[in-house]
Amino acid sequence: MTQARFQVWRGNSSGGKLVDYSTEISEGMVVLDAIHQIQATQANDLAVRWNCKAGKCGSCSAEINGQPRLMCMTRLNELDLGEPVTVEPMRAFPPVRDLVTDVSWNFRVKKQIKKFKPRPPDAPDGTWRMQQEDVDRVQEYRKCIECFLCQDVCHVLRDHQLHEEFVGPRYLVYTAALEMHPLDTEDRLSELRKAHGIGYCNITKCCTNVCPESIRITDNAIIPLKERVMDDAFDPLVKLIGLMTKKVAGP
Amino acid sequence: MGDYQTHEYDVLVIGAGGAGLRAAIEAAAQGTTVGLVCKSLLGKAHTVMAEGGVAAALANVDDRDNWKVHFTDTLRGGQYLNNWRMAELHAKEAPDRVRELEAWGAMFDRTPDGRILQRNFGGHKYPRLAHVGDRTGLEMIRTLQDHGIHQGIEVHMEVTVTTLLKDGDRIAGAFAYDRERGRFRLFRARAIVLATGGIGRAFRITSNSWEYTGDGQSLAYHAGAALQDMEFVQFHPTGMVWPPSVRGILVTEGVRGEGGVLLNSKGERFMFQDIPENYRAQTADTPEEGWRYTQGDKNARRPPELLTRDHVARCIMREVREGRGSPHGGVFLDIAQIKEKLPKAAEHIKKKLPSMYHQFKQLADIDITTTPMEIGPTTHYVMGGVRVDGDTQMSTVSGLFAAGEVAAGLHGANRLGGNSLSDLLVFGRRAGEYAARFAKDHQPGRINSEEVEAAGREALAPFDRSGGESAYQVQHELQDMMQDLVGIVRVEKEMERAAEGLGALWQRAAKTTVVGNREYNPGWHTALDLKALLTVSEAIVRSALARKESRGGHFRDDFPAKDPAYQTFNCVVEKGLDGGMRLRKEPIPELRPDLKAIVDELK
Ligand SMILES: Cc1cc2nc3c(=O)[nH]c(=O)nc-3n(C[C@H](O)[C@H](O)[C@H](O)COP(=O)(O)OP(=O)(O)OC[C@H]3O[C@@H](n4cnc5c(N)ncnc54)[C@H](O)[C@@H]3O)c2cc1C
Ligand code: SF4
Ligand code: SF4
Ligand code: FES
Repeated sequence: MTQARFQVWRGNSSGGKLVDYSTEISEGMVVLDAIHQIQATQANDLAVRWNCKAGKCGSCSAEINGQPRLMCMTRLNELDLGEPVTVEPMRAFPPVRDLVTDVSWNFRVKKQIKKFKPRPPDAPDGTWRMQQEDVDRVQEYRKCIECFLCQDVCHVLRDHQLHEEFVGPRYLVYTAALEMHPLDTEDRLSELRKAHGIGYCNITKCCTNVCPESIRITDNAIIPLKERVMDDAFDPLVKLIGLMTKKVAGP
Repeated sequence: MGDYQTHEYDVLVIGAGGAGLRAAIEAAAQGTTVGLVCKSLLGKAHTVMAEGGVAAALANVDDRDNWKVHFTDTLRGGQYLNNWRMAELHAKEAPDRVRELEAWGAMFDRTPDGRILQRNFGGHKYPRLAHVGDRTGLEMIRTLQDHGIHQGIEVHMEVTVTTLLKDGDRIAGAFAYDRERGRFRLFRARAIVLATGGIGRAFRITSNSWEYTGDGQSLAYHAGAALQDMEFVQFHPTGMVWPPSVRGILVTEGVRGEGGVLLNSKGERFMFQDIPENYRAQTADTPEEGWRYTQGDKNARRPPELLTRDHVARCIMREVREGRGSPHGGVFLDIAQIKEKLPKAAEHIKKKLPSMYHQFKQLADIDITTTPMEIGPTTHYVMGGVRVDGDTQMSTVSGLFAAGEVAAGLHGANRLGGNSLSDLLVFGRRAGEYAARFAKDHQPGRINSEEVEAAGREALAPFDRSGGESAYQVQHELQDMMQDLVGIVRVEKEMERAAEGLGALWQRAAKTTVVGNREYNPGWHTALDLKALLTVSEAIVRSALARKESRGGHFRDDFPAKDPAYQTFNCVVEKGLDGGMRLRKEPIPELRPDLKAIVDELK
């Protein structure tokens, strides 16, 4: 049994600081275990969110040694325990208390995105037919556990605070899942361009790098959406030009 | 006690897992105003963790399947203590509830002809579980959440209900605090649906999260409702055992459904050595036949690894006790061996069981495509809960409904895998519908302000005390005691000790003190949860003492056999007039003749 040192951010919306703790660690422990141990024995009121402890619910997001990660999936043996491990809340969101942040903005954003609207059923019993190849792509987006780590790391939100103009990578993935759903008939492209601000994304891929579900956010969700938005934006023009050339070239 | 914010709804749904969301969606569809409260953020409830699938007799993979087979499988698995009306409705309605999810955007894995794919699971005669790899719960909760947020439901996240309020015999509202500020909330409602999930946190080794402190069972009990079948706790046979910090985390039954086998330290497939009589005709004779079953051969019978969970868990315990366990006190679960039979086995495993692959790789440094896993039983699910009417889901308190894991009846003595997710959909919808009807037929109840004051005082009491121990300490000791004395193998003497131990723990809980203030203070929340944990633990111990036989999830070493005399009743507990817990044996109504004919035919 060895001791490891931690510096955990303690505070609330009016401010806070890193506080030193040291706790015993054993084989296989993750950062969340250490936080729980500190909570049970030294700081009963240490605020932290968690549910599944297995990387499935996306509750325990934090910044560990400055890296946005899930605490329950970060093994202590991958960290340098020679130094204190810092554990801080996600910085792109307002602090509530200790490691808990106010992520309510995310839930409001989701509500603004038009919901799923399927085409009429394919079969008389009210069901649809879809091939596995067609659902594979969308299943990738639907792996999202809403940990909001991608939102935390995106500079448009984190540094530029453009929460009112840009929905962030999580909701681009969400929109992609709806837009590329084989049954969906809704059109979300004009909002994407305007209210949801897809143009703010300059494809830095920071979001992809932190996604614990390994969703290729930029390559597989954002870029295809950007392409669709472009096609859609240019489409009327293209059509018009098509018509004109037809006329000119007419008999 | 300070002031509180008041909200008023026709229907208040407590809990935002699959059952709560489905209930809220239905109540809103019926035109009532709906409030939804949950302890965590939306989308983080336990349902998100479900892995293997949702059971429904869609007959997409095997056209011999139908509701009658699902119904009899459920009764057989539940050892005939089930509320048969619920088992009937569940089997009949589950297919529609699953198809409805697809209409709301869910994307299940597909059959070659483009329909919803179904997989094998323990106790289900045919491949019946619609699934998305091993993250079915995520798909389900996200579908319900994303649909639900557009239905006009008001959601209160991170709000915990501590007390139900009544007007005479009927429900009138709920008292709660919000985690963020620690402020109080009063919810007035014409009808309330409890959808709060389970009790796993009463035990040390569990697959359940901090939320599973038995709140709904306890809220209902203290409001005068009856609880039923509380002796039946499901210990899932396959939880992780190593390293210690992940002990209890679930390994889905889907691993066995895909051909994974259980081995002891001698490399023996010990499950072949003990096949219960009532399952013999349905179980494979040889490993080879079992393998064919997992690969979809309709003429093969299932391997013994897919017998019901209670039985598999006990076989594992036996291997460990008799010295044939793995190095860390479990046995081996080997999916890697399918490479002898399947080309590209590693890819297949990663495709079918992605989160298991990920979980072991990241948390245990084990690659399941090459190395067997070490697994052992973990506290997983409670079959018992609030006693409800099979059709309406109303409890014995007027206007108080319950659905999902918090309710009892569907699963009897043992739940089949996959039957929970379908339970949430079928009975969540029913609870929502009947709660809405109740709300339309009744005026709001009167709220007694003294009761509200008392609830507030009770919630703040831990701050007023000083010098007591921390709630975590009491919680850990309770978990150790329940695990050791009321776990998988039970005997009278040990349970008597647990009953006494509970008395002492109640007293200690009443003296716990908290540090810090009311803002997002988990120490305080843990102190408040103790009441529920102790209440459900007491219900489990008393019911387990009363059932002097072994059946389903309840195994008594001093009464190891099943006793037909105990097949005729459910154990029911209620709060007596003196405030103490009362137990009675409630006779099970006779099976309706047409259902009995089905059971006899499909025996
Ligand atoms: C790891 C794992 C895997 C599983 N896999 C499967 C599977 O493959 N198939 C299957 O059928 N079943 C499976 N199960 C079981 C199934 O997931 C659960 O039984 C089911 O999800 C419970 O759903 P629920 O809606 O009843 O409750 P939950 O989803 O647990 O929701 C409970 C809700 O109630 C809220 N709540 C609780 N107390 C309060 C309170 N006091 N005040 C306010 N809100 C409160 C919580 O915050 C939460 O929102 C699995 C379970 C686990 C743990
Ligand atoms: S790729 Fe786009 S969305 Fe992702 S972090 Fe960079 S700017 Fe943000
Ligand atoms: S896309 Fe990835 S990083 Fe972003 S919220 Fe979803 S799971 Fe988290
Ligand atoms: S606790 Fe669920 S992702 Fe970490």
